[in-house]
Amino acid sequence: METFAFWILAAITVMASVLVVGQRNPMHSVILLIVSFGALSGLYMLLDAPFVAAIQIIIYAGAIMVLFLFVVMLLNAPTEDAPTGYHAKMLGGAGPRRFGVVLSFVLVLQLAWILRDLSQTPLTPPGETEKAMTVYDIGVKLFREYAFAFEATSVLILVAMVGAIILARKETR
Amino acid sequence: MGEPTLNHYLALSAVLFAIGTAGVFLRRNLITILLSIEVMLNAVNLTFVAAGKYWQTVDGQIIVFFVMTVAAAEAAVGLAIVIALFRHKETLSPDAFTTLKW
Repeated sequence: METFAFWILAAITVMASVLVVGQRNPMHSVILLIVSFGALSGLYMLLDAPFVAAIQIIIYAGAIMVLFLFVVMLLNAPTEDAPTGYHAKMLGGAGPRRFGVVLSFVLVLQLAWILRDLSQTPLTPPGETEKAMTVYDIGVKLFREYAFAFEATSVLILVAMVGAIILARKETR
Repeated sequence: MGEPTLNHYLALSAVLFAIGTAGVFLRRNLITILLSIEVMLNAVNLTFVAAGKYWQTVDGQIIVFFVMTVAAAEAAVGLAIVIALFRHKETLSPDAFTTLKW
C-alpha cells in the first residue's frame, strides 16, 4: 500500500513538474505547480511528517502560489516572446539552450552516480525502533535549540516585506 | 519494487532538482524561471524530510520550515523586481534585461 502510494505520488510530482517547465503560459505553470505541491505533501505524509505536509499546503500552495498568481494576472503577459535580434543569436538561440539541456543531464548523471552507493538503504536504520515525531517535538526543538534562527527569520520577513514594497511601488517624483 | 527506501526518495528529489535546473536554463520567461526555482527548493525540502526520517530526528522538518520562510521572502522580492522590470520594458523575457541602468 505504502509502495503503491509512493509510486503514484512520485509520478504525479515528476509529471506536474515537467509540465510546469514545459508550459508556455505561466498561468498553467502556476496551477500545475500547485498539483505538484499537493503530491509532495502526500509524500511528506508517507515520511511521517504531517506538520511539513500541512505547511506545504498552507504556505506553499496557499500563500506563495497565490502571490505568483496575482503577479501573473497583474502583468497580463500570457505567452513568452520569441527571442529576437541580437539575443536570438547570442542568448536565446538553439546553441545555449542545448548547452542548458546537456548541463541538466550531466547533473542527473552526477546525482545518479552519488546515489548508486546508497541503494537498498532502508528508510528506518536497522536496529532502531521508529520514534514518533510529533508536532510537539518540533515545537519544543524549534523554540529552544532553534530559537535564534526563528527570531532571525522574523527580521528576514520584515526586510523582504519592506524591500518588496519599495521595489514594486510606482515612482512619484 | 518493494518498500520505498531512502534511496527512492533521494532519487526522486534529484530528478525534481534536475527538472528545476532545466527550467531555469530553458525558459525565456522571468515568472517561469522563478517557478523553476521553487521546484528546486521543493526537491531540497524532500531531501531534508527523508534524511530527517532516516536519522529519526525532527531537525530535517525544522530546516524545511526555514527553507519555506526563505522561499516566501525570495518570491516576494523576486516578484517585486519582476513587476518593476515589466514597468520599464513591457516584457518578461530575461534577454531584454541586459543593462543594469537605463
